[in-house]
Amino acid sequence: MNDIFVLVEHRQGEIRDITFEMLMKGKQLCEKAGNSLTAVLLGNGVGAMAEELKARANRIVLIEDPQLENFNSEAYQQVLADLVQQEKPSLVLVGHTAFGMDLAPSLSTRIKVPLATDCIDVMVEGDHIRANRQTHGGKVNVEVRLKPAQCSMVTLRPASFSVEEYSLGGELTRVTSPLTEEIASKRFLEYVEAALGEVDITQADILVSVGRGIKDPENIPLVQELADSLGAILSCSRPVVDKKWLSKDRQVGTSGKTVKPKVYIAIGISGAFQHVAGMKGSGTIIAVNRDPKAPIFNVAHYGIVGDLFKIVPTLKEKIQEAFA
Amino acid sequence: MEIIVCIKRVPETAEADLVIDKTGRDIEKEGLVFDLNEWDNYAVEEAVLLKDKHGGTVTAISMGPEEVNEVLRRALGMGADQAIRLTDPGFEGSDGYAIAKVLSKAIEPLAYDLILTGVQTEDDGYGQVGPTLAEMLGIPHAALVNQIEDIEGGRARVHRELEGGLEEVLDIALPAVLSIQTGINEPRYVSIMGIRKVAQKEIKVLGLHDLGMKPEEAGEDGSLMLVERASFPPVGEGAQMLEGTMDEISDKVIAILKEKGGVA
Repeated sequence: MNDIFVLVEHRQGEIRDITFEMLMKGKQLCEKAGNSLTAVLLGNGVGAMAEELKARANRIVLIEDPQLENFNSEAYQQVLADLVQQEKPSLVLVGHTAFGMDLAPSLSTRIKVPLATDCIDVMVEGDHIRANRQTHGGKVNVEVRLKPAQCSMVTLRPASFSVEEYSLGGELTRVTSPLTEEIASKRFLEYVEAALGEVDITQADILVSVGRGIKDPENIPLVQELADSLGAILSCSRPVVDKKWLSKDRQVGTSGKTVKPKVYIAIGISGAFQHVAGMKGSGTIIAVNRDPKAPIFNVAHYGIVGDLFKIVPTLKEKIQEAFA
Repeated sequence: MEIIVCIKRVPETAEADLVIDKTGRDIEKEGLVFDLNEWDNYAVEEAVLLKDKHGGTVTAISMGPEEVNEVLRRALGMGADQAIRLTDPGFEGSDGYAIAKVLSKAIEPLAYDLILTGVQTEDDGYGQVGPTLAEMLGIPHAALVNQIEDIEGGRARVHRELEGGLEEVLDIALPAVLSIQTGINEPRYVSIMGIRKVAQKEIKVLGLHDLGMKPEEAGEDGSLMLVERASFPPVGEGAQMLEGTMDEISDKVIAILKEKGGVA
C-alpha cells in the first residue's frame, strides 16, 4: 500500500499542534497497514522545521518556494496537486483548521479524490477509507465511508488525538517547486492580530462563561453579577461575540483564547468542539445547560441540567451569603 | 455587482431531543423546528450590504423540497432580488461534493461577480461546499471570511479568520467564492410583515434535467462520501450530575468552589 501523507501546518515560524496529532494518527495507521508515513512540508526557509519533523515520520518531503512563505491555498493546491499525482499516496491527512478548510475541498476536487471533512477518527479498510465525524453541533456521531479510490483525503479535527513521543528517524527528500509563475488570483497580504481588549481572561483563576443560552443581551448582567460574587472574570462562547453582546477579548475557543483557570463555570454553553478546545484544560469544569444531551457535559466534571435563569440567581445569592 | 448567495434550511437541534430515523443513517426530522442556517444568515446580510454599496442584484439559491421556500423568502425579505430552488428526488443523499456539483450547474449559466456561502452548516457541518464550488467553476475562493474590506477593479480585499484571534488579509480576483464566518455583520431582523411583502415573488424551481445533469452526478451516486450509520455519543461521561432543589444544587456548587477553586 502506498504512503500516507500528512500535510504539515505551520504559521509564523511554528509548526502547529494539529501537525503532530495527524502524524501520530498517521503513524498508527501505517503500523497497521504496513506502509510508510510521509510529512509534506511546504514553505520558504523552513529547513529547521524539516529537522524537527524527522522523528515524526519515515520521510519528510520538503518543497520550498518564496510563494509558499505564507499559506495561500492556490499556491499550495498547485504544488500538492503535482506531488500527489507523482507520488500517489493512498491517504492524505490535512487539518480541519482555517488552513485545511481553505485548502482540502478545492484540492480534492482538482485532483478528483474523495474527501471527508472534520473527522474525529479515520480507519483504512482494504481499498476504502472509513471515518467518524460529528454532526448537529456534536450531538450526533456518524460513521462515513469514502468511495474506493487510489487516493483519499481526510481532514482531521484538532485535539482529536493525543500525541506521544516516538522517533522514526525520517529521511529528508527535497522536491523542486513546480511554481513558475506568480499566482495572481489570490495573494497573501498580511496577518492582523486581534486588538488587545480590556480584560485578559487567560489570567483568571475563576471564569464564569456564558453562551447562547443567555438569549438576550439584557440578561448579561445576571451572569456578570455571579462572576462578581466570586471575584471571577466573565468570559463567553462565540455566539455571544458574534451578536456583539460581549467583546472579542472575552471569547474562549479556537478562534478566541485558550484558558486554563482553576474553575470554569459554563452557563448556557452547548459545547461545540471549537469552544471545548479552548477550555478543556481547566482544573474543574462546572456546566449548566437545559439540554441533558449537550456535549458540554462530556467535558464537564460537574453538570447541572436546568434553567439557567433559575439556577444563576439562587447560586449568586447563596455565594454572596457563603463568602460574605 | 451580481451576487449569488447559497443558503440552506436546517433543523434547530441545540435543545431538541433527537432520535435516529429508520434508515439508521440520519436523525428523525419530523417535529423539529427549521430555520435558515446561521452562517447563511450572515452571508445573505453581507450580500445585501454589498449590493447597497456597489449596486447590482442578489440571487439566493437553495436546495430541497418546497419547505425550503421559507428560507428563500426570508432572504428575499432581507433584500435579495431573486430566488432559485433546486429540487429533485435525484438530489437526495448528496454529500458536500454532490451538493457543490448541483450548485455549480445552476450557477454556471448565470452572471456573477461574487458567490457567498456560509462557512458550514449547523447540521452536517462539512465546511466543504464553498471552496468545492469555486473549484468546479474554475474561480478562486477564500474560506472563513470575517471581513470584506474593499472591492475595486475586479479584486476584493478580504480577511480570513484564523485561530487564536489572528486574521489573514488577502487580495483575491473576482469572480470568487467567499465562505462567510458568523459575526461578520449584524443580520437584519425580518418581520412577518417583511416576509409577507415578498410572498408573491416568484421562486424559480429547477430540477436535475433543467440543469442538464445526469442522475449519476447527484444524490448518493454522485457523492464520494456515504454516511453508513448515525448514533448518539455517550452523554455526560465523566460529568457528575448535581441534582436536587435550587438551594441544594447551589450548596453543592459552593462546596466544589471551596475545595477546587480556593474560594474561601
